[in-house]
Amino acid sequence: MGKLFAENRSVPVFLMILAAITLAITVMSEGYGTGAISTSLVKTLGMTLCLCLIALAMDLVWGYCGILSLGHFAFFALGGYMIGMWLMYARTADTIAAAQAAQPIPPTAVELNDAIAVQIFGVVGGDSFPWMWAFSDSLFLQLALVVLAPGLLAFVFGWLAFRSRVTGVYLSILTQAMTLALSLYLFQNDTGLRGNNGLSGLQNLPGVEAPQALTSVWFLWASALALGLGYLLCAWVVSGKFGKVVRGIRDDEPRVRFLGYPVEGFKLFIFVLSAVIAGIAGALYYPQAGIINPDELAPIASIYLAVWVAIGGRGRLYGAVIGAAVVSLASTWFTGGRAPDIPLGGYTIQWVDWWTVLLGLGFVLVTLYAPKGLGGLIDLMSRRKDA
Amino acid sequence: MKIIDILTRLALVAALAVGGAATAQTGPSLQTVLDENRELIVDASRRTVQGALDALVASGQEGIPAFLESWQAREVYVAPDGAFVLVQDEDADPYTLLDIETGDVLGTAGKREVEHLRPNRGVQNLIGAALVQFQLSSPDAQTRLAALDAIDRSPDESQLPLLRAMIAAEQDPDVLATAQNVLTSLTIAYAEDDGERVAAIEGLGGRIDVAARATLNPLLATRRAVAEALPEDTNIAEVLQPGTGDLPRMEAYQMLVEADLAPAFTATSDLRAILTDHIVDDMVGGVPVRLLDTDAARFEAYAALAAEGTLPPLVTEAQVDAALASHVFFDQYREPSKAVTDAASETLAGINTRVGALEIVDLSLDGLSLVSIYFLAAIGLAITFGVMGVINMAHGEFIMMGAYTGYLVQAIVPDYTIALVIALPLAFVVTFGAGVGMERLVIRKLYHRPLETLLATFGISIALQQIVRQVFGAQARPLTPPDWLAGSLDFNDVVSISYIRIAIFALGLVFFVLLWLILNRTRLGLEVRAVTQNPAMASSMGINPDRINMLTFGLGSGIAGIAGVAIGLFAQVTPELGTNYIVQSFMTVVVGGVGNIFGTLAGASLIGFLQKGIEWLNPSNTLAAQTYMILFVILFIQFRPRGIIALKGRAAGD
Repeated sequence: MGKLFAENRSVPVFLMILAAITLAITVMSEGYGTGAISTSLVKTLGMTLCLCLIALAMDLVWGYCGILSLGHFAFFALGGYMIGMWLMYARTADTIAAAQAAQPIPPTAVELNDAIAVQIFGVVGGDSFPWMWAFSDSLFLQLALVVLAPGLLAFVFGWLAFRSRVTGVYLSILTQAMTLALSLYLFQNDTGLRGNNGLSGLQNLPGVEAPQALTSVWFLWASALALGLGYLLCAWVVSGKFGKVVRGIRDDEPRVRFLGYPVEGFKLFIFVLSAVIAGIAGALYYPQAGIINPDELAPIASIYLAVWVAIGGRGRLYGAVIGAAVVSLASTWFTGGRAPDIPLGGYTIQWVDWWTVLLGLGFVLVTLYAPKGLGGLIDLMSRRKDA
Repeated sequence: MKIIDILTRLALVAALAVGGAATAQTGPSLQTVLDENRELIVDASRRTVQGALDALVASGQEGIPAFLESWQAREVYVAPDGAFVLVQDEDADPYTLLDIETGDVLGTAGKREVEHLRPNRGVQNLIGAALVQFQLSSPDAQTRLAALDAIDRSPDESQLPLLRAMIAAEQDPDVLATAQNVLTSLTIAYAEDDGERVAAIEGLGGRIDVAARATLNPLLATRRAVAEALPEDTNIAEVLQPGTGDLPRMEAYQMLVEADLAPAFTATSDLRAILTDHIVDDMVGGVPVRLLDTDAARFEAYAALAAEGTLPPLVTEAQVDAALASHVFFDQYREPSKAVTDAASETLAGINTRVGALEIVDLSLDGLSLVSIYFLAAIGLAITFGVMGVINMAHGEFIMMGAYTGYLVQAIVPDYTIALVIALPLAFVVTFGAGVGMERLVIRKLYHRPLETLLATFGISIALQQIVRQVFGAQARPLTPPDWLAGSLDFNDVVSISYIRIAIFALGLVFFVLLWLILNRTRLGLEVRAVTQNPAMASSMGINPDRINMLTFGLGSGIAGIAGVAIGLFAQVTPELGTNYIVQSFMTVVVGGVGNIFGTLAGASLIGFLQKGIEWLNPSNTLAAQTYMILFVILFIQFRPRGIIALKGRAAGD
């Protein structure tokens, strides 16, 4: 552990800052503190932590291993869908059980199950559970699927792609095609996940009576914990000899291959690990967002993820976190209508409209003139030499 | 009303009795014939009027056709004295009454004194059918065609001999052809002799039009029936096995129940509702209600109720099977003649095969136009990627800019043809300029970092899209094709292609040839190919790679602009126009292979035809089609990672 900290001086600093921020939000929250921060803002901050976690996963695969994945939101959303299935099933089961209790004759197990299925799938014209909901009554199994489903998709996709040596821009486009295909698949009403209605009402925890003011803080803690653990894990993976090989693949893949390292295995491991982290981030994000639908998998979301990591500075774990936090919070602020308009005589600049332009051009400028991103500033301050 | 009616009738009969002798030599007058059917004419309804029509036609009176036309057109009135009359001016008051037969002025009557006959739509149709026989022998070809049309819309057995007689005398070839077609459908539907009908059906063999299929399909209509044994005298289409194919087991049993051949079956899912009606002191048939949460307990409670006679006994599965086994289920044709249905199904099968083949031709034409669109959209991307190794995410926005250029030109130039002629080169110039500017300002600085070009151009893409949204608004703008591009080229009822698609195909072809010539027959092309293969060596041969890169990028962007004008002609011009095509373009390039126009053509062909093919197999679900399409591309890349036409040797280096 000492060696890990020695190689990554950012780890203790990061964990301390993360703990301090979490504590500060808790103290100011409506549920446990003064109420200076509204519950919806606590949720936004909790979701931002989850976005930081997927940015971390993106940095691992792109910044350290050189694989520019433009499909990471597929894994993120898949994690969200897996936990969402349990949340939706368990909550619907509660309401159906309550409704059935009012009937004179108690329901059979089959009738109960059918009633739940109709309640969930009636909106897409279904009346029975599709095969993929087989484990939806078990929190434990669905939690396992949060890890397994994105991991399996990443494994199959990565194995196929790396095996046939698809690299560079081709691989990026292929990952983009993957998330687009998954999104189009989920958009269909008859594929079992409620088409474009998605899964909703996820903010209500089944069997928990606590108000949103409390549960939002719990999710904040869970997200902070996941981010902290994810940071430790990533820092550990990219340190030592393993980390050196991974960075070697990024810088010159053929040379590492000629040195005798099984490049495909390394890449596949990093890709799958990154997908699993993304899945966990999604499983924590969507209960806070309350709803998930196939729009979340649109290719543009994953491109934005790459933008965050690039602005934050890739090849630095803290860079990814800073990029995701700064850009997503700034986006929320500017597009939420709270930023002041700038009157320019005959024309008023409204940030809701012009923020996207600023972001796009800002991104071009960062790519051109500050390839190390915001993290590069911290490097300057801490006089760090290498990436 | 009734009394007045009767009184006027009596008066009229008296009048006729006096004047009857004068007109006797030419048969009864029109007024007399009408009067005999007064009741049915005045209170005409769809169900009863046929009797009056038959009587009128049978009378052979010369004025009947004219009267029927007037009646159908709601021009006939009943005068205060009960005579059927016409009026001179419908808006005048009082009316000037005219004799129904001669048109002579009879006198005037107040608007309220006359009764206006207003046959409803159904009666009008029946009058029309009765008129047909007169119209068929009309000297005017248009009237005869209209009569044939009327027959076609409401065919009737009685028209068959009329039509045969008409065809025998018909001279006009157009009318004759139409008449033959109508005769065929009438013969098939009503002819007495089966041989005649079969011959008519077989005569349809070569036709592919919807009318021919519509004539044959009703002959093959079936009705599902059940009986204890297969009846001898019916025309059986198919004997069905319950529980297989499209006759599920319970549906078959339900047929038995409806035919009173078996007792009703109580489904397990209905038990709960039935038992709820028999709850006594929290018990049902001796079983406590709270224990009724299994099917077994519910059966037990039901059995107890059945034993005491409250409910009918349950029909068991074995009884269902026995009932099904002792009956035969079959589809029978409504048409009794087997020879006719056999001929019809055979002819229809032939027609369907033919139509299927033609649909494939039609689909290929559709596919071809899709290929042209993908080719135009992707070729610019392929050139820049091939020569410079740069993926331009803003390529879609260049397409969008081209479409908006077309929209702007149309807003200024009112003539759509001239606007199009101006817009095509102007779109090229605009996007060429944008491309060159972008290359000089951004891409040039990122040549050694290709993945970052992808992201920088993405930044430009979202900024451009938002700026256009600010300037033009988010709503769709029209880019209207000129009139000569509207409509479509129809080969027959199945195969057709719109002129816009033909024009886009031509445009794609022109650019394919043009690019091939530029790349293979000009100095610029030579230098471009040299830079593609080995930039360092090309540079040492005196080629300026910066200039070549700039021109190549401009060329690729310019073609995107032209593609934008073409796409805008049939799609909606919105700020998101480019986004819809960028992923398809990427896939076209990746599948086809980069740096070669033949590769792009191959990629566009594969993707275009495949997409149409999948849509044909599953036309209701375009989302599924796109999903399978992308999965195919992902798998395809596994086997040909460099695309269909890959660069070989050193040029393929990363």
